[in-house]
Amino acid sequence: MSLTPAPLLEMRGISKSYGGVKALTDVDFVARRGEIHAVLGENGAGKSTLIKIAAGVVTPDTGTLAVDGAPRAFASPQEATGAGIVCMFQELSLLPDLSVADNIFITSPPRTRLGLIDRRAQRRRAEELLARVGCEDIDPATRIRDLPLSRRQMVEIAKAVGRDPALLILDEATSALTAADVEKVYTILHKLRADGLALLYISHRMHEIEALADTLSVFRNGRRVDTFAKGAHSDDAIVQMMIGREFANVYPAKPKRAAPPPPVLQADRLTFSPGLNGVSLTVGKGEIVGIGGLDGQGQRELLLALFGVLAGVGGTVKIDGTARRIGSPADAKRPEIGMALIPEDRKTEGLMLPMSVAENITAASLGAVTKGVVIDRAGEADNVGRMVKEMQIKVGDLAAPVATLSGGNQQKVVIAKWLLTKPKIILLNDPTRGIDVGTKEEIYALLRRLADEGAAVVLYTTDYAELIGCCDRVLVMYEGRVTAELTGEAITETNIVSAALNLAAETAA
Amino acid sequence: MSAAARFVRYNAGLILAIALFAVIYGTYAVLHPNWGLNVVLQNANESLALIFVGMAQTMAVLVGGLDLSVGPLMTLTNCFGSIVMAGSGGSVLAGVVGALALGAAAGFMNGCVIVYGRIQPIIATLATGAIYLGCALILRPTPGGAVNGDIAWAFTNDLNELGLTFGWWEDLGPIGLLPMQALFLAAVIGLVWFPFRATVLGRGCYAVGSNEQAAYMSGLNVNRSKIAAFTLGGFFAGCAGVYLTLQMGSGNADAPQAAEYTLRSIAAVVIGGTSLFGGTGGVVGTIFGALVLRSITFIFRVIPAGAALSFVADPLLQPLFEGLILLLAVSLGAARVLRVKNRLSLFT
Repeated sequence: MSLTPAPLLEMRGISKSYGGVKALTDVDFVARRGEIHAVLGENGAGKSTLIKIAAGVVTPDTGTLAVDGAPRAFASPQEATGAGIVCMFQELSLLPDLSVADNIFITSPPRTRLGLIDRRAQRRRAEELLARVGCEDIDPATRIRDLPLSRRQMVEIAKAVGRDPALLILDEATSALTAADVEKVYTILHKLRADGLALLYISHRMHEIEALADTLSVFRNGRRVDTFAKGAHSDDAIVQMMIGREFANVYPAKPKRAAPPPPVLQADRLTFSPGLNGVSLTVGKGEIVGIGGLDGQGQRELLLALFGVLAGVGGTVKIDGTARRIGSPADAKRPEIGMALIPEDRKTEGLMLPMSVAENITAASLGAVTKGVVIDRAGEADNVGRMVKEMQIKVGDLAAPVATLSGGNQQKVVIAKWLLTKPKIILLNDPTRGIDVGTKEEIYALLRRLADEGAAVVLYTTDYAELIGCCDRVLVMYEGRVTAELTGEAITETNIVSAALNLAAETAA
Repeated sequence: MSAAARFVRYNAGLILAIALFAVIYGTYAVLHPNWGLNVVLQNANESLALIFVGMAQTMAVLVGGLDLSVGPLMTLTNCFGSIVMAGSGGSVLAGVVGALALGAAAGFMNGCVIVYGRIQPIIATLATGAIYLGCALILRPTPGGAVNGDIAWAFTNDLNELGLTFGWWEDLGPIGLLPMQALFLAAVIGLVWFPFRATVLGRGCYAVGSNEQAAYMSGLNVNRSKIAAFTLGGFFAGCAGVYLTLQMGSGNADAPQAAEYTLRSIAAVVIGGTSLFGGTGGVVGTIFGALVLRSITFIFRVIPAGAALSFVADPLLQPLFEGLILLLAVSLGAARVLRVKNRLSLFT
C-alpha cells in the first residue's frame, strides 16, 4: 500500500484542436479527493474543453487520463459516469418533458424485481435527495418545464449528487441561483468535500471562489498557467495571470473627439427574459462601441433584440431621435432604420451555403435592383462586382457555391451583403471568430472606415484585444446589465477583465 | 399543485381526445336507428387495425420523427399472415407469432437505418416502406389466402362467440359480451406498452424526444432508445397486420390502403395528444385519437338523407374531410410556436 494515494483524476500532456484552433496545448491537470479545485480563465482559455474531456464528451488529440492511477479513455459521457466522474454542464442537461424524479434517476432508476422502474421507490429517493440539497419544496412529480430556472439548477445538483460521484464537476453551477440557494449549495459542496469527493468548480464569480476553493488553477490560451493554494495570490495578481499576453498593433488609429457625436441609435432600458435586465446604450454617428464581458451575459440577446429577432422585448429604441418599433429583421432593414446585423454564426445565420457567392452578396438588397417584380440581372452583377472589389473578396467564380470559399472570405461575403443595404447602424456579433489574422486586420480597417463615413457601429466580441484596439467606447455587461462604461485611455485589459468579473460590485457586497 | 390538477394538466391531450371521442361516438349512437352490441362489435372491428397502426406511429413521433412505413408494414405482415395462417390451429399460431416477429424485425431495421445510417426517419421509412410494400407484393401478387373461417370468426367477435366456436363455454354472462378487440388491445397495452414505459429504454425514448442533446449528456444510450422505439413501432404494425388478416380472412398487398393507413396514423397520433416535436404523449392517447377519426367516418353514415348536412356524407368527400381534420389537429399541435420568443429558434 502506497502512502500517497494516486490522485483521483490525473491528466497528462492533453492537447486538443478544433479545426486549426488549439483549444488546449499540453495540459497537465490533477484533481485530488477532499479538495475543491477552482478553474479560472478568460473566454476561450480552454476551461470548457478541459472539463468536456474529463466528462467524456470530447476525446483529446493527445495525452493521457487516469482515474485513481488507472489509465482510462472515455468514449462517451456514460463511460465517464461509470468511472465516477459526474459533470453538471452550464447548459442544463435536464429533459423538459420528464418529471423531476424521472430526471434525477434518468440513467439508473430504482427497479422492481421484474427489472421495471419502481416509481414509488424512485419518488421516495428523489424526495430524499432533494431534501439533502435543501429543496424540500420541489415536488418530484412536477415536470421540469414547469419549474423556474433557479429550481431547475437545484434539480441538476440533486441529480449529480444522486449519481454518487467520486469527482463532481460544476460548470457555472450557480449562475441562475438565488442567494439563499447559493448558501445551500456551499453547504452541500463542503459536505461532499468532507465525504472525500474531488470537486472541480468553474465560476467567474471571485467571491464564490474565495468562499469555496482550496486550490486554484488559472488557464490562458489553452495552457495551464499556474496552480496554487487559495490565498497565495491577490485578486489583481490572478487577473494579471488570466490576461498576461502581448498584442500586436494591427488596429487602425482612433479619431480624437472634442464633443460626443450626435446619437444615431438610442436604446433605453431594454428587457428580455432571459438575458436582458434593463440595458441602455447610445451610439453616435461615426462611433464604434464595443460590447464586452464574459460569455452569456446578455450581449447576444442585446443585438438580437435591437435587430427585431426577439419577441416580447421591453424598453424603447430611438433611431435618429425618433422612437421606432423594430419587429423583424425586415423592419430593421428599412431605410428609415437602416440597421444591419452581421450574425454570430455565418454558416447558419449569415449565408445560404449552397447558393452562389453572387446570390449571397445581393440577398439582403434585392429590393433595390428589381425592375417591377423581376430581379435586374445587370444591376445585380454591378453591385456584386463593386463589393467583391471593395471588400477584396478572393473568389474564382462568382457562380460557385459560397461554401467553397475560405472562412475569412465567407465572412467578407456576409459583410458585403449588408453593406449593399447602405446601413446607418451596423451590429456585429463576434465577426472575427475563426478567421485568419490577415482578414481580421482588413475587417478592423473596414469598420473604422465605415465609422468615418458616418455609420454607427456596435461590436460584440469575445476577444478583449479587439475591444481595446477597435472601439471608441466599451460597455461591459454582467448578468444582463451594463455594469461599466470605459472610454479612451480607460479601455485597458485590466479594467475590462475586472469589470467583466464584476469585481468592484462584489468587493463592495 | 394538487395531484389531480397536475394529472389533468399533464394529460390534457389524452383527456381532450377521450372527451372528443365520447361526444362524437355518443352522437353517432343516438343518431343510429338500431345501435346496439352488434354495432359496437362492427365499429371495433373497423377500428382496431387503425389503432395499432396509430400506436406504431406514436413510437416514431415520441422520439421526434415520423414513420412512413407503418402502413406498408401492416400490409406486409397481413400478406405474410394470410399465407401462414391458412390451415389448422397450429399454423394460425405460427402465423401470428411469425407476423409479429416480422413486424418487430422490420421496425428494428428501420431503427438501425435511422441510427447508423444517420438518415432522417421520414426519409428512411419512405424508402423502407416501399421495400415492405414490394415484399408484400412478392408474397401476394394477387389478393387471396383463406384463414380458417371458424378461427377468424371467433377472434373478431365477443368472448361468448369464442367459447361457442370451440365449445369451451356456453355463456359467460355480461363478461361474455366483451369484444375480442378490446381484449387484444388491453393485452398489448398491459403486457407490452406499460412494462416498456417502465424500463430505462422506454423512458429513454421520451428523453430523446424531449431533448436529444440533454439525453446524451445525461449519459443515456440515445441510439438504443431510438432503435427500441422503432422496433416496438414495428411490433405494433405487426399487430395491425395480424388483426387485419383475422378480420379479412385474407391478404392483399394494397398500396393505396397502406398509404391511407399511414396518413391516418399521423392524424390519430396528433389528435391523441402526442406532440409532433416528440417527448410527450403516448400510445393510450393514440387509441382515442384513432377512435375519434373512425367515429367521424361512422357518423357520416347515419346522417339522415335530406338533412341540411347530408351533403357531407358523400363518400367522395371523405378524403377532403379527413385532410381538413388532420390539418386542424396538426395546427393545434403546433400552437406552442406562438410562445417562442427568440424567432431564430423557429427555424431550427
